[in-house]
Amino acid sequence: MFDQKKFVVSHAPFLHDESRISERSYNIMLAALPAVLFGLVHYGIPALGVVSLSISSSIIWEFLMNYVTKRPKSIGDGNAALIGLLFAMLLPATSPWWLVLTGTFVSVVIGKQIFGGIGGNPFNPALIGIAILMVSWKNFFDFDDALLNYDLGFIMVYPLAALKHFGVSAVDSFTISDLLLGRQIGAIGTTFGIGIIAGGIYLIIRGFIRWEISLSFLAGVLITALIFDLYDSTRYAGPFFHLLTGYTLIGAFFLATEDSSSPVNFIPMFIYGAGGGIMTVLIRNIGAHVDGVVFAVILMNIANPLLDKIRPKAIGKGF
Amino acid sequence: MLKRSFIRLTKPRFKNELLPDTQTEPQKISTPKKVTLLLDNSFDQKEVFLLKEGDKVKTGRKLFLSKDSDTYVISTITGTVTSISPYTGDFGDTYTAISIVAGEEEEIDDEFEKYCKEPNLDVAKKFLACVPGNPPINLFSDPDKRINTIVICGVDSDLLITTRQYAVKSDIEAIKSGIHFLKKITGIDNIIMAAHRNQIQECGDTDIEIKEVNSDYPSTHPHLIMKDILGQSVPEGRSCEDVGVCFFSAEAIAAIGNAFNNGKIPVTKNLTLIKKDGSKMMVSTRIGTPISEIFDAFEVTLNEKDRIIAGGPMTGSAVFSEDYPIQPDTDAIIVQDKDSVKKVLDNPCINCGECIRICPAKVPINMLIRFLQAGQYGTAAEQYDLFSCIECGLCSFVCISRIPIFQYIRLAKYELRSD
Ligand code: SF4
Ligand code: SF4
Repeated sequence: MFDQKKFVVSHAPFLHDESRISERSYNIMLAALPAVLFGLVHYGIPALGVVSLSISSSIIWEFLMNYVTKRPKSIGDGNAALIGLLFAMLLPATSPWWLVLTGTFVSVVIGKQIFGGIGGNPFNPALIGIAILMVSWKNFFDFDDALLNYDLGFIMVYPLAALKHFGVSAVDSFTISDLLLGRQIGAIGTTFGIGIIAGGIYLIIRGFIRWEISLSFLAGVLITALIFDLYDSTRYAGPFFHLLTGYTLIGAFFLATEDSSSPVNFIPMFIYGAGGGIMTVLIRNIGAHVDGVVFAVILMNIANPLLDKIRPKAIGKGF
Repeated sequence: MLKRSFIRLTKPRFKNELLPDTQTEPQKISTPKKVTLLLDNSFDQKEVFLLKEGDKVKTGRKLFLSKDSDTYVISTITGTVTSISPYTGDFGDTYTAISIVAGEEEEIDDEFEKYCKEPNLDVAKKFLACVPGNPPINLFSDPDKRINTIVICGVDSDLLITTRQYAVKSDIEAIKSGIHFLKKITGIDNIIMAAHRNQIQECGDTDIEIKEVNSDYPSTHPHLIMKDILGQSVPEGRSCEDVGVCFFSAEAIAAIGNAFNNGKIPVTKNLTLIKKDGSKMMVSTRIGTPISEIFDAFEVTLNEKDRIIAGGPMTGSAVFSEDYPIQPDTDAIIVQDKDSVKKVLDNPCINCGECIRICPAKVPINMLIRFLQAGQYGTAAEQYDLFSCIECGLCSFVCISRIPIFQYIRLAKYELRSD
């Protein structure tokens, strides 16, 4: 008996499609890269500092939490780095270091780890971080103020703020191609429309995000904005303006699609996405905030568990 | 094998293997030196068995341990019984293993021949329950199951296997007479055959209805054949047999046909052997042959930490010893090199939704798995459709977190059922 070979005994199925969490995280980061690089080119060293600090501090917070909660090290799955990257993309390039550290702490520790880590978070962690900062240190999110010292050769006003404070006439000068090509100011990774859209399409084609959510989110924004525009085009900006400014695109492709805080069933994905899009425009047009994406997505995150109860009947049910 | 595709816009599809037109005769293995037969009866030390070590048996001899028990096995070689011992299978199922060492000359036992002139259910029950393909003969006399429909599966139930398709291709005459006998002994006229499109011509002149099954895994699963082809649904947690439909593999029907035609109980089983490099071959061997003999015959070398699987890649079971015997329903043996054995992890579910897209039973796996990992089987069954799962294994296959979901599901069902 002693010379008997030992075989691996495990349970079916004996094949796996070889997907893994890290592959997903790194591909999402890759898809975000065009938009991030564009931001770095525009805003230079300060932006690089924010991005680097954000990613590294997220990883460190995650590592510390793994240590404190005595759980297996999870930084290898790339999710903390992804949260850090997305968080940095939402910040102005001039954010001070303590703001970044606080934000990533909130994102990783409060947004994710206290719920038990990856898969347990009811909200998008990066958005929780941003939301807390926006409420606590509002001034840092005044992009006109934050980017005062930059002159990049195009209109140096934050489109959504101009819209809010001065009305439609103030944003007439933004053309769609300007917005698409990133000739607008804003957070580090949110201004380069084409880049974000390309990244989003890549993720959809490769199946790393759920297309139902992205498309319905965009449709929600477009249709709601269109209705407002038709109702009174002197007060409300057109649908494409809303689509290409602020956090809309990054929201549709990178934020609303976060796995754990969004639905997986077919119909709920559409309601969730469309709801987020509609809320975004409502907040922008009749709410108090300049941009609505952050709170719209968080609101839909809250609705997610309820929405995801709408699901097809399993086979053999209903006898 | 079967990687996630680069582009994944729609849900991934896995095709059942179709038997190639060029399929050649199975490679025969010479009569094994020893066979082990598993009798579905737990081993009781104190019992005095009718069968004893040292008894001489002929091929086709019915072996049983006591007069009161209905369970038996059929000796597949001529030789001497060398051991009778307990054997534990998956989930603690207990069997009695009877080992027979081959003698000099093969002789065929003639008891069945006396009865086979007048085929009836009783004879079939007494002699043909362990022919290749494991026909569920006993169901017809089970008062709890009112079987009214028989489905003959010319299609294979798992990926990569072509054993049943080969039976259709090579033995259609035997299948026809099997159907004839089955109708006669059960009195059931409602017999249909499930076949892939490319097989329909081959089964053309059987006088039963032929239904096409598509080749996307798991369409060949009995529950899905019920749903898609018979338009009947099986309540969760129940079997197809509970609602009156039973499934015979094409190989089993052919074996029944051959048995009554020739007066001999078939003892040779065809199976698909899938080697480490993924190459496949059809092998024909006696039931009870230890897999090591098959490996020797076809030069499969095994190393530490390789994996041997009896059955298909999605639903089979890994065996821990090279002595594991071929069973009447072992349609495939798969050998995996240690490098291609993928580790499962016990990560949490990240809610990626891949399993939801692919589950044919529409089980909310992303929620279910949270309760299973927490050991809350009751809630899992009540609220998250545990018993709707038809056990196809696809969810584990695609899970990004590599959670052994399927294993959790089987364990939970087992625990709840044994309470
Ligand atoms: S094994 Fe998984 S995919 Fe298959 S039916 Fe069950 S829950 Fe669904
Ligand atoms: S595939 Fe795995 S990780 Fe993804 S939702 Fe299903 S159980 Fe969760």
